[in-house]
Amino acid sequence: MPPHVTVTDELEILGAHGGAKPPAGSGGGGGDDSRSSGSSGAFPQRIYVTGITIAMGAIFMFFMALVSAFIVRKGLGGDWFPFTMPRILWLDTAILLASSGTLIHARRLFKRGDRQGFRHWWAVTTLLGLLFLIGQLVAWRQMVAAGFYLASNASNSFFYVLTAAHGLHLLGGIAALLFVGWGRLRKMTLATGTEIVSYYWHFLDGLWVFLFLLLLLGR
Amino acid sequence: MSAHASPIHHSEAPKGWIRHYIFSFDHKIIGTQYILLGLSAVTIGLILSLIFRTHLVWPDAHIWGFANGIVSPEDYLRLITMHGTLMVFFVLTTVPQSGFGNYFLPIQIGAPDMAFPTLNMLSFWTTLLALLVLLSSAFVPGGSAIGGWTAYAPLSAVGQIAGPGQGLGETLWVVSIALFCGGSLMSAINFLGTTIDLRTKGLSLMRMPLTVWGWFITACLALLAFGVLLAACILLLLDRLAQTSFFIPGNLDVSGVVLHHSGGSPLLWQHLFWFFGHPEVYIAILPAMGIISHVLSTFSRKPVFGYKAMVYSLTAIGFLSFAVWGHHMFISGMNPYSALAFSIITLVIGVPSAIKTFNWLGTLWGGKIHFTTAMLFAIGFVSLFVTGGLSGIFLAQPALDLYLHATYYVIGHFHLIMGVAAIFAMFAATYYWFPKMFGRMMNEGLGKLHFWITFIGVYCIFMPMHYLGYAGDARRYSSIESVNYMIPLHPVHFFITISAFVTAGAQLIFYFNFFWSMGHGKPAERNPWHATTLEWAVSTPVPHDNFAGDYPVIYRGPYEYSVPGAADDYIPQHLAPEQVAKAG
Amino acid sequence: MLSRKSSTGSAAPAVLFVIVLLLLVGSTLYFHIAKTWWFPPSITPVGNQIDQQFFITFVLTGIVFVLAQVALAWMIFRYRDHGQKAKFVRGNHALEVIWTTITLVIFVGLGIMAARAWGEVHFGGPAPGALEVEVTGVQFQWNFRYPGPDGKFGRIVTKDIDASVGNPLGLDPNDPEAKLNPVSPDLYLPVNRPIELMLRSQDVIHSFFVRELRIKQDAVPGLVIPIHFEIDKTGDYEITCNQLCGLGHYHMHAMLHVMSQADFDQWEKKQWASLESGQ
Repeated sequence: MPPHVTVTDELEILGAHGGAKPPAGSGGGGGDDSRSSGSSGAFPQRIYVTGITIAMGAIFMFFMALVSAFIVRKGLGGDWFPFTMPRILWLDTAILLASSGTLIHARRLFKRGDRQGFRHWWAVTTLLGLLFLIGQLVAWRQMVAAGFYLASNASNSFFYVLTAAHGLHLLGGIAALLFVGWGRLRKMTLATGTEIVSYYWHFLDGLWVFLFLLLLLGR
Repeated sequence: MSAHASPIHHSEAPKGWIRHYIFSFDHKIIGTQYILLGLSAVTIGLILSLIFRTHLVWPDAHIWGFANGIVSPEDYLRLITMHGTLMVFFVLTTVPQSGFGNYFLPIQIGAPDMAFPTLNMLSFWTTLLALLVLLSSAFVPGGSAIGGWTAYAPLSAVGQIAGPGQGLGETLWVVSIALFCGGSLMSAINFLGTTIDLRTKGLSLMRMPLTVWGWFITACLALLAFGVLLAACILLLLDRLAQTSFFIPGNLDVSGVVLHHSGGSPLLWQHLFWFFGHPEVYIAILPAMGIISHVLSTFSRKPVFGYKAMVYSLTAIGFLSFAVWGHHMFISGMNPYSALAFSIITLVIGVPSAIKTFNWLGTLWGGKIHFTTAMLFAIGFVSLFVTGGLSGIFLAQPALDLYLHATYYVIGHFHLIMGVAAIFAMFAATYYWFPKMFGRMMNEGLGKLHFWITFIGVYCIFMPMHYLGYAGDARRYSSIESVNYMIPLHPVHFFITISAFVTAGAQLIFYFNFFWSMGHGKPAERNPWHATTLEWAVSTPVPHDNFAGDYPVIYRGPYEYSVPGAADDYIPQHLAPEQVAKAG
Repeated sequence: MLSRKSSTGSAAPAVLFVIVLLLLVGSTLYFHIAKTWWFPPSITPVGNQIDQQFFITFVLTGIVFVLAQVALAWMIFRYRDHGQKAKFVRGNHALEVIWTTITLVIFVGLGIMAARAWGEVHFGGPAPGALEVEVTGVQFQWNFRYPGPDGKFGRIVTKDIDASVGNPLGLDPNDPEAKLNPVSPDLYLPVNRPIELMLRSQDVIHSFFVRELRIKQDAVPGLVIPIHFEIDKTGDYEITCNQLCGLGHYHMHAMLHVMSQADFDQWEKKQWASLESGQ
């Protein structure tokens, strides 16, 4: 036997098997070929879903580090002085929750094939996201006006750090909304695009509710 | 169906030199870029270490580039800080994972590229930027940081008043590490996504080469650990630049300046840092473990002994590595009861490491060992891993760590198990994969010379450090002359410095061999080692999208060597059963 | 079948490996038995316990070290390529279970044994009647503060810190008790008496280490960390800093003078007397 059997030879032999899974006890896992093979002409779309899921794991750990620092630092006691929660944050929270609702609606329309309705609600979601960010800036102004500066006290510092970190991630979400809604996707299908953006958006929404409660109860 | 024949998005190689070699999306180019980045960093780090070793033994030696030619105490601390940061982040974290992993993971799993090529390119350029920011700190007023690679607060947090280099230099250090975190996170997402979704047909998890397992688990650790370090860096930057009090307690008087911070916790920084820092140790060594298993099996002509045990122990190490960070803090003033818990978990994490060692020995047992240079480095790794691992048993016990903590014993321990062991794996990987990467063989004679000097040299450098530790010699001292009991240790330091110079000199052989063989080495066959995994099934040089659109199918596990009844002593993973030649 | 350079399987690398690994094992054993560079004798009962634990760990890891390196050397030599066929073995389940169990038992057993010495140092407080001394680290020196004749420590105010006027700790000039607190750059302690040190820092993290005490403890700004022990040998010992604290870290050094109770009482009285006369 020649030392190097070329790859194409095997594939022909494989063809004779009618594309069945390779013999020799294939142990699952590897290549769920129904999706990975051939048809789409690019990487399987599920990599984008996997990718965003993994990325959310990393973001989650980042925030958990900040949150545990918050809890530990507060637990030291002594110099922890609560601040007055800016009232606008309640409104902001409502806006962000609403944006998740409009996003769900937009995707539902997309799946039904109603492109126009999809774009409409997608735009509404984007606007709500922007509105939320503006609201956060207003909240910062209210904090400053009330004399709660970044370095005044650790409780204030954490307020700014957590809201800023969340805000930056949300800004990324808005960029993704804009890109999927109006940009030109190359390797990704629009269906995948809307899917992963919605996962990310709902994640940031849930994360905000958690952070808001943490700040509200823990400040 | 010609199974995986799929026109891939960029099956055409990009035209133009810059798109091909500089801003490349190709995982092989990016992997090579990472390796060259690591090679630059390791060279700088090595030279810095030679300078501070020289200073320890000949304090009055004139060294070019320093004020009056003399290494001052702050220069010494700058050197060790920069050495540690370069080596840990830009060499040990970067080369085995982002370098070799990037290059070979997609090929070994039968994929055309990483899942997210753009992200891959971005993570390399972010890492390069981080390196440049770090190096630039040497040229700012006050010089680079003197706070050590662990940057303990408040030394790292209060700024210029804590010492030269703690101003802009330390700020740049923090920024560099934060950038590095970003690059590593992007890279981890890519590794995980690729391994989960792009394995070729038939490549089940339990058929993956152990290299792939190593890279996969490492990516899991990096994903969870670097986010935490990033958060810690952001808080530290705010303490430094915005007068917050996360890590700085109240009532501090530094160099006569009363600080207006209050209530922060220096231990909080240590907890966050080591929550990252301990997984980081395994981020450096898990890919090395994968590479070593791979090489040992190839050149013992035997399947890896206990493949499943190897996979499970890798996974166990991955999980446990997040629960042992406190063993770096036994003397920090942490709760003594949690210290005990950390101690026990640390000893438990030694068990999967021991299992791996037993299985490596099991792989050699009954083999037919070919002493290629790659194999020599793999065997050397096992010896170093045993030595460095056993000294860890001392440090894991808080009562013993009380004495040994922050002495040269610790330096000896972690250099053997994390530094040198991982470097040996990188050498093994280089000698092993060079033929595939550059289409030529490295010179085996030079390689062996390089191995023997390096192997004996590293033991001569790091074993005596354990003895220095017994005598209580503290690390990070720019001079041992101020402490009476350290003065008699001078001859040991002298021996270490001489060994360091000889060992570093031997690396010149490697540099020469590496660059000379690229152009002048013996042309390599497709599969010079008669190995079984997919990287040896593709032609050399590897085509732009690895398999030219025809993806192999996997029929068996990764290490089918010396199978009874087969004509050859290796059966490649992608060979259909009917193609395997029978003996006789 | 494979044309392979003879050197890849030759005996030379195998023999070299055997020599190098045996040299490694031999020299390591020699330096541990000859104790060329070694721990100074312990001066506390807890230190003796720690040494005991060191000994057990040395013996256990030493055995494993020798066995593992020699086994490696033997296998390399025994299974070098001399034309044989490699055994086809994928592993051995029973072996995996056995060695996992054995290492688990040894490692965890060591950990549990070591817990005792650790507990002596850190669980529970000092014995009654202990002499309390406050240890303060500052870049780059140690200051040791003793209680006044009434056994009390006075107030410390950060803004009053000024080493140039002889007040490195910031003793409150308005607090009469603080005035009678002797502050010394070296540590004087009586033998055979329970001691409690209160570790603090004025600026960055320092670490208090005396080899003969077998104790090392960080002094963390913002915290007061107690350590306690009882010394059973008089003598002079060196105190060093073991946590990187800045450019003068290497010369942050002080002496520990352990003296008889009578000598110590005399020393202490002299300190108080000079403080009182200084008023």
